[in-house]
Parts: sequence; structure tokens; C-alpha cells
Amino acid sequence: MTNTPYRIGFLPLVDAALPVLARELGFAEDEGIDLTLVRDLSWATVGDRLLYGHSDAAHMVAPLAIATTLGLGRPAASLSVPFVLGLNGNAITVRPELAARITTIGAPGDVTAIGGRLAKVAQEAAVCGKPLRFGVVHRYSSHNYMLRYWLNGCGIDPDADVEIVTVAPPFAADALADGTVDGICVGEPWNSVAVDRGVGAIVAVTSQIWLRGVEKVLAMRTERMEAEPDMTHRLIRALYRAGIAFVDPGRLDEIATILARPAYLDGSAALIRHAVSDRIIFAQNAPAIHVPEFMFQHREAANFPWQSQAAWLYAQMCSAGHLDYVEADYRAAQQVFRPDIYRAALRPLGVPLPGASSKLEGGINDALGVGTTQGRLILGADSFFDARSFDPEALESYIAQGRPD
Amino acid sequence: MIEEGLREAGLADVTTFADRAGIAARLECLSPDVILINLANPHRDELEELFALSRAMARPVAMFVDQSDTAGMEAAIDAGVSAYVVDGLKKERIRPVLELAIRRFRAYSRLRTELDEARSALAERKAIDQAKALLMKKRGMDEPAAYAALRKAAMDSGRRIGDVADAIVTADRLMGDL
Repeated sequence: MTNTPYRIGFLPLVDAALPVLARELGFAEDEGIDLTLVRDLSWATVGDRLLYGHSDAAHMVAPLAIATTLGLGRPAASLSVPFVLGLNGNAITVRPELAARITTIGAPGDVTAIGGRLAKVAQEAAVCGKPLRFGVVHRYSSHNYMLRYWLNGCGIDPDADVEIVTVAPPFAADALADGTVDGICVGEPWNSVAVDRGVGAIVAVTSQIWLRGVEKVLAMRTERMEAEPDMTHRLIRALYRAGIAFVDPGRLDEIATILARPAYLDGSAALIRHAVSDRIIFAQNAPAIHVPEFMFQHREAANFPWQSQAAWLYAQMCSAGHLDYVEADYRAAQQVFRPDIYRAALRPLGVPLPGASSKLEGGINDALGVGTTQGRLILGADSFFDARSFDPEALESYIAQGRPD
Repeated sequence: MIEEGLREAGLADVTTFADRAGIAARLECLSPDVILINLANPHRDELEELFALSRAMARPVAMFVDQSDTAGMEAAIDAGVSAYVVDGLKKERIRPVLELAIRRFRAYSRLRTELDEARSALAERKAIDQAKALLMKKRGMDEPAAYAALRKAAMDSGRRIGDVADAIVTADRLMGDL
């Protein structure tokens, strides 16, 4: 029997690891899939290739899957997310002289205190008519919404007090170097590239803003996904096994070397190795610091598409003025995430499957056992830096609460 | 090669952007009939941000792609690209493709505008109904009197009746039973 050809679009980022490893470590082949990876440099291209049928699935920033389904700025095209490719893994990196004013360079700090100092600098800069400018990777990216959430929570109005512009990941370090931006929120290895070049210092990692916040997802056209359930299930199983390999310390060097290849990240295996092993260098010449919760690609059902994660993103899109709240859209946004498909695909593997499809986000402060349909599952804390929680059933009061007086 | 094809097709007013700096201002100033972008252009996310931010930037977009079949082309049009130009396109085909892009964009914009108008009309009607109900409950008015009061307030202040209704609903939510 010949393997079924299948193409996944991706951007050169460490969190594209699971599709890459599913191919390179043979998990796709084991499921009868001849997997090809299609590399691009902007999310717009990745998304278009998926819609035009140049790819069958895509590594995608989660909010873009929601925006595409709701038809923001273009005709709506229904996408589905049956599998999350990772939680967290991004960082906020700023020019070294700005970092020196707001944090102890070279180590992680208290993001509330750092944000408070940033608020003062931002105000001074705005008064001088040169507001601080931050780059995020896409208008509809978790980077944008997490950065905005942090700024808002520190008393900085992301629309009035600073400027936020779009910079694609591979150009983030250049934008810091040439002064186009004062800070960036981007995924790895691009923070580490900026640090390595001495053009930026990491001041926060996104797990400090929303611990276990959803990051990249596997996006598919809904129609196609539903028409080929068997193919979809095989792909999800291959990706799940790639996740097990990703967290195996014995395979660290092998994984970093694969990801560094020209066809994938085309970068330094040493820098990539740091992110994969959660060992982060916050500033040039500083020692690597173990941040155990830097990125989650597998453990604690990190790949499970909680509909409440989609709901949180929708709430942030409302707060940012990217869309107006419409009840039917809110439901549609949550239904982009498909826990039913995840369960159906992975049930045969006997892995833990959460019984619920939604949870109170930010509601877990200590590790907590949760109800499952099979297996045992302990979820770690999923807190927000400001200790707020998000109940998907109470969106309107959440948005009203979040508004400045 | 594309620029050459455009000129041969009698389209002389072609500007090529090699540098991204100030592209928004330059596009706004040029006000082009159609924008051509390469699908794989690495700076497309920045361009999309510009398009999302400015209504003035809403222009027909034609896309150059590096691979294609008929299904892909149809999917692209469904996804909102006004036209889809495949590499290796014959020069004489360029002009009709661009004209198609402009026509499709106009049709789409008209649909969007109609949809936006229908949505805001619906929201407005909802606000007016809520404001009327508030006036009836709190001021003891009947429905015609409540509507007349809204209309008078709107005329006196030179605002739309929907805006006045919206203000009443918001004020009530904030002030509660005060």
C-alpha cells in the first residue's frame, strides 16, 4: 500500500516541531502518511495556501484560525482545530537600553513590577512624542493579545500609550537592531537570535502572562477534515507521538539538529536546543536559566483543544476592537476548537482524555486532577499574571470588568 | 517580466514597491486601481495589517502564485482574492485578469457594505426598543410617547435616534436604579 500524500504549511519556529518530527522521526509514515512540510515566511501565506489547497493543514497562530472562520476582513472560510501544537513558548524582547530601565537584565523577574516600570517609560516616551513601539507577529496572533493583556494589566493603554505594529518572526531581530521597534513579542528561536546578536534582552516570557496559554494550533479546512475522518485521526496520532518524542530528554540533540536544518528553521541548533529544553538565555553573555514552564508541547494534555481557550481569544479580540461581540460569532469561535475530533483520534492510544471541553481559564492555581473519559490527568496551574480568571459563560461581564474606568 | 506584460497591455501607470518604508502613505497617495502581490512575499502580514487598519487602503488585490490548478484558483477567489495570477501567465492575459479583479472587488465591497448596514440597522432597532421599554417603565409613558420623546431628543441634539437610544441604555446600565 502506498502512503497517502499530505502537506502541512508552517513558519520557521520551534513550535512547528511536532509536524516536523512527525515526518522526520517516522510517526507519519507509521500511520501511512507521506508527510511534506511547506515552509513560508508569513502567516498570510500559510493561511492562503491552506485555503487555496496548496496545503492540507497548517501550523497556525490560534486567533488567525478564528479570524478566518469569522471572516475578518475577507469572506469567511470555516477552519477547525482538532489538535493544539503547543502552549506558550513566546517571549517579549526589548532593546537592551530599555530593558536596563525596567528589569534586572539577564534573568526573569516579576512581570507586574516590570510592567509598572515600563508604564513610566512609556508615558515619558509618549510625552516626548516618540511613543514606544512594539512588534507582534500578526494582527490576529496570541502574541498580540498576550502583549495587550499584559500592557492593559500594567496600566498601559495598548492603543493610546504605545504603538503596536506587525513584524514577521524572521525579521524581528532586524527590526530591534535598526530601531523600527523598541520591543517585540515573538516565538523562538527569534528572541534568542536577537539576544545572541546583542540587539535585545528578554524581559518576560509569555508563560508569565498566561501560564499554559494556547499558542500554535493545527488548522484544517472544516469541510476537508470532516470528509476524511480516518486521515485526520491518523495525522493527529502521528503528531501526538511526535509530542512524546519532543519531551524526551534523550532525544534533545537529535531534535535540535533536525529543526535547525535549512528546510525547517534554517538556524542554529544550539539556540533551538535552548528553547526545546526550556533553558533560556535572557541577555547576551548571561547564563542559560531553566524556566520549566517556558513551552508545553505535550505534557498535561497540552495538545487538547479546550474551547475555553478559543473563548478567551475571542474576548481579547473584542477588547482589542478587532470585532464586535455577536453571540452567534462567539459560539462559532469556540466551535473552531474540536475536542471531539481529538478524543476520537486518540482514544485507541489509551491516552488521558479530558471529559470536559471547556474549563474556567486561570482557575487552576495548584496542580489539579480533572475528570477524564479515560486515563488519569493532572493539570498544572493555568494562571494569568493579574490573577483574574475567565469564565467562558460570563463573557460580557468579563469584558465590562476589563474596561478602564 | 510582469511589469513588462502590464506595459505591453497598455497599462502604463505601474509603480513597483521594492522598499516597504512608507508604503501605506504612498499607496494612499497613489490610490491604485488594483494591487498585485506575490503570494509568498515575506512581508504580507505587515501589508494585511495596513489593509485592516485603513479603509482607504481597501483596494482590489490580485495574487501571483507559484503553483496552481483550477481548484486552487477557485478557492482563492472564494477566499477573497479578487484575482489569482499564475506565474508564467501569458502577457496578453494580464489585462483581462486585472479587470476581473477590479470587478470582483466592487461586487464584494457592495455586499460588505449592505451587510454592515443591515447589521447596524438591526443593532439600532434593538437599542431603540430597549430605550423605549426603559422610558415606558421608568417614566410611565406609553409606547408612542416614548418614541416621540426619543425622536425629539434626537432632533434637539442633532443626533441619530439610534445614538440617543444607545446613550439611554448605556446610562441606565451604569446608573441602575439611582
